[in-house]
Amino acid sequence: MIQDELSIPDPKMKAKGVSVFYGEKQALSDVSIDVGTDLVTAFIGPSGCGKSTFLRSLNRMNDTIAGARVTGAIELDGEDIYAPSMDVVQLRARVGMVFQKPNPFPKSIYDNVAYGPRIHGLAAAKADLDSIVERALVRAGLWDEVKDRLGESGTALSGGQQQRLCIARAIAVDPEVILMDEPCSALDPIATAKIEELIHELRGKYAIVIVTHNMQQAARVSQRTAFFHLGTLVEYGRTTDIFTNPKQDRTKDYITGRYG
Amino acid sequence: MQSRIARRYAAERRFKALGLGAVLLSGLFLAFLLFVMVGNGARGFTYTHVAVPIDFEATPLTIDASRLDDPDADQLIANAGLSDIVAFAADEALGDGGSALISENAWKEVRSAIKADPNLLIGKSTFELPASSAIDIAAKEGAKGELGARVAALKANGRLSTGIHWPFFRNADATDPAVAGIWGALKGSVLTIVIAFLIAFPTGVLAALYLEEYAPRNRWTDLIEVSINNLAAVPSIIFGLLALAVFINWFGLCQASALVGGLTLALMTMPVIVIAARNAIKAVPPSIRDAALGVGASPVQVVFHHVLPLALPGILTGTIIGMARALGETAPLLLIGMRAFIGDVPNGICAPSTVLPMQIFLWSDEVDRGFVEKTSAAIIVLLIVLLSMNALAIYLRNRFEKRW
Repeated sequence: MIQDELSIPDPKMKAKGVSVFYGEKQALSDVSIDVGTDLVTAFIGPSGCGKSTFLRSLNRMNDTIAGARVTGAIELDGEDIYAPSMDVVQLRARVGMVFQKPNPFPKSIYDNVAYGPRIHGLAAAKADLDSIVERALVRAGLWDEVKDRLGESGTALSGGQQQRLCIARAIAVDPEVILMDEPCSALDPIATAKIEELIHELRGKYAIVIVTHNMQQAARVSQRTAFFHLGTLVEYGRTTDIFTNPKQDRTKDYITGRYG
Repeated sequence: MQSRIARRYAAERRFKALGLGAVLLSGLFLAFLLFVMVGNGARGFTYTHVAVPIDFEATPLTIDASRLDDPDADQLIANAGLSDIVAFAADEALGDGGSALISENAWKEVRSAIKADPNLLIGKSTFELPASSAIDIAAKEGAKGELGARVAALKANGRLSTGIHWPFFRNADATDPAVAGIWGALKGSVLTIVIAFLIAFPTGVLAALYLEEYAPRNRWTDLIEVSINNLAAVPSIIFGLLALAVFINWFGLCQASALVGGLTLALMTMPVIVIAARNAIKAVPPSIRDAALGVGASPVQVVFHHVLPLALPGILTGTIIGMARALGETAPLLLIGMRAFIGDVPNGICAPSTVLPMQIFLWSDEVDRGFVEKTSAAIIVLLIVLLSMNALAIYLRNRFEKRW
């Protein structure tokens, strides 16, 4: 594996020699990646290459899968997230997640966004909660579309709106990192463009990690790209380098569409 | 090719016809059941009364009017010979053997009336007294011979009247159809079902939640799953034996009571609730769990904020169907003593009581013909209770169902 001259001075998250097993089967072997604070990092690769598995190990969502086991070290601000002292609930508030299929709760738009702040006790009064919800929806670029119907069910929105609602829900608890697992794969091109625009705007406020099948999307939204293949990290570097001047033949073949 | 398509269409038509036939057949059975039940049972809700004038001047009831409010007033009136006065008045008014035309319990109606209005003791007043069972049947269905002539004469005199039989809705079981009522059994059923629900629902739902959301998948949980599925298939009478051994013989709880009945039915219903609840919980999309975990909800919060509310309509539907089955259950309650003759409306969960299906069973066994229509009427009451429970299930499902 080639770790290019990539220098991320103060990485938000640091993975060292991470392997993930589902029971006996090894899904990921020996992955080391630094995630920059102000950067969008994209994971690309063919289906089943382990990119989603790695993403889910960054906020320990793999814990919910029976038989899943992670070795190696993943650090958030220098703190080992798999250490026994790490509280998973706390971790997931700091490392938020947006999923492949929009999955709003079957509750009102307001309650969807307010859920996280409520369970973490972020708002003392109703007015505080209102302003948290508004800020999250504004940041997710959804406020103007829904401000008059916050009481309606989140599931009544269109697919793209639902996904932005999920992003609003994730940022309402003020996380440090947002993980996005193919957030546009269920959306049409216009909704996709909106989400990509949103990712641009969120950059700098949160460290963003996005898994995508769509190479153009990775090229458009990210500054760093990691290419996974068959459970290994093949290449990790600046997005421009990966797409214009890949160092590995496998990366080049994938990017030029030889397989995938 | 062409003939193949024709065959496929023919097969489809056959299938549709068979399906329609099945629906019609079950509709027919249902209509027949309802027709027979309502036809017989409607008469069970009414009763024939005979107007009998009683002259308390000629045959005075010697009793101190100031004591009519005492707790032992019933006993005092009985001792004063009211039943003889009523029988005498009936003989006077209706001719020879007139006292046989009214119910042997008719004087109790007079007693209640006197207690309500002591002024009746002065002078002559006419009382609408319940007819004897034979007269009631003859009046409703018609009769031949001497009885028929007697009824025809009474009708001609305008002494007979038929109306809603309120004691049926007020009383418990009795040997005389004129005073036998369904209220005792209905109350027993309600108490029993409420106890069964209060025990089986929380236990069943918590067990299902634990098995689905927390328990590891291993040999032990497999064993538990198989056991629960088997328990749901155990014949109900065996639960009755178990309850007899455990609740009555071992714990020494009150026999034939709604408490033990409810415990027995809870035992029987719990596996059904666990299975229904597990299926409802399984049907909650995993993406909702992910979403909640993703914003930092703890597993307990995921379960109680998201999984349980979404699974609740399914759980409630399954529970109410299980409860409806328990409501119609007779066999296990036979064994814990609820088949005894209970003449009083139960006044607590430990009081001896019976339940609707048991009352139906007991009345269907009675010799007196008056109980035939009481049986049908009791069946109608049971069906109404069951249908309202099912309607409640449908309402709850539609009310709480979330779509996404």
